[in-house]
Amino acid sequence: MSAHSTVIEASTKRGVWGGGNEPLKASYGKLMMWFFLLSDIFTFAAFLISYLAIRVSYPAYAGAAETFTGSNEYWPVPELVFEALPFLHGVHAPLIFVGIMTFILIASSVTMVLAVEAGHRNDRNDVVKWMLWTLLGGITFLSCQAWEWSHFIHGTDGGSLLTYVNGLGQTVSETVFGANLMVNEYGPASFAQLFFFITGFHGFHVTIGVFLLFLCFYQAAVGIYDKRGHYEMVEKIGLYWHFVDLVWVFVFTLFYLI
Amino acid sequence: MEVQDTKSTLQVTPRNEEKIKKIWKTAFILLAITVGEFIMAFTMDRGILLYSLFILLTIWKAKYIMMEFMHLGDEAKPLFYSIIVPLIFLVWLVIALVKEGSDIFLMRW
Repeated sequence: MSAHSTVIEASTKRGVWGGGNEPLKASYGKLMMWFFLLSDIFTFAAFLISYLAIRVSYPAYAGAAETFTGSNEYWPVPELVFEALPFLHGVHAPLIFVGIMTFILIASSVTMVLAVEAGHRNDRNDVVKWMLWTLLGGITFLSCQAWEWSHFIHGTDGGSLLTYVNGLGQTVSETVFGANLMVNEYGPASFAQLFFFITGFHGFHVTIGVFLLFLCFYQAAVGIYDKRGHYEMVEKIGLYWHFVDLVWVFVFTLFYLI
Repeated sequence: MEVQDTKSTLQVTPRNEEKIKKIWKTAFILLAITVGEFIMAFTMDRGILLYSLFILLTIWKAKYIMMEFMHLGDEAKPLFYSIIVPLIFLVWLVIALVKEGSDIFLMRW
């Protein structure tokens, strides 16, 4: 057994073939969490690779940054789309907000790994302290994402003049503000669709993560893990939380940098 | 009713400063790579070179998260490979779909 993982004694009441042993020297819960995460990696990978495929099927915006306007003829430059900050209307701050979000999520991943480390030492006070920081980071990230979505949906002051086929099958030319699943002022319809589905699916994972973090924080605080004799739940929920951070690293690169 | 005793019966071991230092070091590396990506996004020309660098740096960050934060490197070797080896399929998916996407581009424009 490695020094990093919680030691859980395999049940001596059961035989080797009756669930009494631990394959791969990991407990049942941890093993299943890893295989669940593997399947989730494939789901997210399918989303992100589809994004790449659709993105290369459109020409990229090639003009000067100052004269950029959204159009469904070409793919937009991310730093010209994601450039707003809360409370600072009209300030051009490319990628600053999403940079802050990335920083918050990485920081919450660090506090999570510190909670896991405290769990290995059976140190309830440290576990509770770091879980609380992680929980705070998760909630802050979600709030930032809610603002980001709201801004993306409502759009800029100017909007963009687009010619597109509307829901009734008519070709119309009009100024479009913000984004929905049919049309958006930033780029081709699939740009907003992919944004909603991928960051939405990730945000859904973060939401579940925040519930799990709260559960873990509560159970650690009232001493359930002390009674149980080990803090393995912190480790399992930690795996899930790091995975959420891992996915965000890829979303950040593909959506906001490339 | 008996008052529930929540006093810990477990032995609390002191902080392993070396391990904690390593965690902060990994956090610092992740932060430094992200800041580097930011600087590159604003100073370098957009193109294949920049995009390849972004993807390489992303995979590098992913490696740190999986190995240091998720402790995958410390798990039993068969578990390690059963998580890493299936990801090879994704390499093919990237090649196939990017090829497909660029062919659609040629058809459309």
